[in-house]
Amino acid sequence: MSNSTTEQKYEPGKHPSMPPPFKTRGIMLWLRENLFSSPTNIVLSLLAIYFLYKVLPGVLDWTLFDAAFVGEDRNACKAKAGGACWAFIGERLRLFTYGFYPEAERWRVNLAFLMLVLSCIVLLWENCPLRKPLMGFVALFPFAAAFLLVGGNGVKLLVALACIAVVLMLVYKGFSSLFVMIIAITAAVLAKIIFFGGFQLPFSDLQIQGLVDLDQYDQLNLKKVSTDLFGGFMLTLIIGVTGIAFSLPIGILLALGRQSNLPIVKYACVVFIEFIRGVPLITLLFVASTMLSYFLPPGTTFNLLIRVLIMVTLFASAYMAEVVRGGLQAVHRGQSEAADALGLKYWPSMRLIVLPQALKISIPAIVNTFIGLYKDSTLVIVIGLLDPLGIGRASLADTKWNGLTNEVYLFVAIFFFISCYAMARYSLYLENKLHTGHKR
Amino acid sequence: MNNTENNISATGRALGDSTIEIREMHKWYGEFHVLRDINLDVKSGERIVVCGPSGSGKSTMIRCINRLEEHQKGDIIVDGVELTNDLKNIEAVRREVGMVFQHFNLFPHLTVLENCTLAPIWVRKQPKAEAEATAMKYLERVKIPDQALKYPGQLSGGQQQRVAIARSLCMSPKVMLFDEPTSALDPEMIKEVLDVMIELAEEGMTMICVTHEMGFAKTVADRVIFMDEGQIIEENEPEQFFNNPQSERTQLFLSQILAH
Repeated sequence: MSNSTTEQKYEPGKHPSMPPPFKTRGIMLWLRENLFSSPTNIVLSLLAIYFLYKVLPGVLDWTLFDAAFVGEDRNACKAKAGGACWAFIGERLRLFTYGFYPEAERWRVNLAFLMLVLSCIVLLWENCPLRKPLMGFVALFPFAAAFLLVGGNGVKLLVALACIAVVLMLVYKGFSSLFVMIIAITAAVLAKIIFFGGFQLPFSDLQIQGLVDLDQYDQLNLKKVSTDLFGGFMLTLIIGVTGIAFSLPIGILLALGRQSNLPIVKYACVVFIEFIRGVPLITLLFVASTMLSYFLPPGTTFNLLIRVLIMVTLFASAYMAEVVRGGLQAVHRGQSEAADALGLKYWPSMRLIVLPQALKISIPAIVNTFIGLYKDSTLVIVIGLLDPLGIGRASLADTKWNGLTNEVYLFVAIFFFISCYAMARYSLYLENKLHTGHKR
Repeated sequence: MNNTENNISATGRALGDSTIEIREMHKWYGEFHVLRDINLDVKSGERIVVCGPSGSGKSTMIRCINRLEEHQKGDIIVDGVELTNDLKNIEAVRREVGMVFQHFNLFPHLTVLENCTLAPIWVRKQPKAEAEATAMKYLERVKIPDQALKYPGQLSGGQQQRVAIARSLCMSPKVMLFDEPTSALDPEMIKEVLDVMIELAEEGMTMICVTHEMGFAKTVADRVIFMDEGQIIEENEPEQFFNNPQSERTQLFLSQILAH
């Protein structure tokens, strides 16, 4: 095909840069290229359009146009319209959000949620103004949130926060980690003895008395709320955020441990990973709720929620370890060799060279694990914690509203979809941002 | 060290004491005996080219010098430090020995400048500003200061290898090891890397270079070492080595590579 009339010829080396062919502009062109480019494509597109035409109106009618948004009970809803009865969800919205958290204390949950949103912004948005000082806030957030949600003595919390802040500052100043660790442990033990009352040394009758009774300072006390009352989306977020925050670092350590040259470390990690992966999460949750108290010394009571958090985190960590291991193996051996040759020791070489690349490769799989963990949090229903599905099931038992299964599950599904889709989008954004080669 | 008086190299320069001493070194990969009775003395300021057919153990030998590979028998002493299982010694040696790899092994997630400042900051504990100034100095020497803020993936192979050389130089090493630095390059980029290496050699850097670039060997080497099947077969000044090779194996090798 030669139409030399339109295509000018150039001397070798004189060909100017030209814009790419005019191909991907205009709606019609886009349609032709993407929907109707081949016979198969045309058939599939037409089928899809027909399917949407048949299904979409019904779905929209049920969810929106014929739906009732107000009403006293099921019958009032159905009398009004034939669609969904969102009035039910409206009435139960607070229950779905807070579980049975006491009405008067719910501001604490809201405040904790606000802090979570702020922490996420600081962590995830790299150009956030004042990011460095705000990172301190993020580090203290878990403690503050736990205090807000559970309640208790505020002075103790402040003391604990101060200790942590001091340790963080020491680390930031660049003291050797061993030194900081010794200081931290000493400070923790001293703080425990001085402020938090005494404790009994293990395996002996020696009792150490506390010096200051903090309970007399009750201005800062928040009313204690039993974790049995936690429920709904709040519970999902607590389990999800805790699991996500801890499973990644634990998973990284397990993955590194599995590659270690030290046989004890290596096999401990292998056994842990394989055991946890080989057992269903539900079994672990049952173990958490009943068996653990047999294994632990008599008298030690562990809050059920904390046991669940530990189990969910460990479960996700085992998966995370394998995901990270895959990433580690994908990093070329030459990378750690170059780091070795430059004189970097093991930890700096891992932290600065190998892990950033391994984690970047594993982003899709890591987020996949996060999403799985987040959704698995609904399994806590089997040991009696009231996650959104549990609340939904309880609500369905209400005779005033019975039979509204679709509304409840659709509502819960939308909540999960929004959070999981947000995670998926963020992971895509992150992959793009970390891409440092030639952009396609 | 028993060698106190200065030696004179093939090119007439004064050479210092031994920087690297390898004595009766052997290495096995499992059952396979890769390196057999290697003896090598490298004086400070000396430039050594190692050549030989592939699989002859050249790379393995120089990788033993900074302990990327472990030797099982014999001694390797670098800059007065003996390489043993002691991590302290290994780290001390690696701080003083720079290495340039066949496939560059730049860190793709860091900019060129960050590649160069990483080790000075984390190993030598230099302040960032100082490390960056040094890095820019060496990037200028390898003639790519304008690429400092790009990522390695955006550079050509020749540029990447020059960055890798600059990255090693930023640690001010006493010895530079080159492991086939031009083998992965397109022909037109080989020269720009060799030019940098020749310049480095002329400034008196102690170098051990595994390469098939015989032109480079003739120009700068004080000694050429020929290896085959894990042994050092022949060791001579470049002129003698190329014009009057002693062993039959060397003659065969030279006739094969110089025929092209």
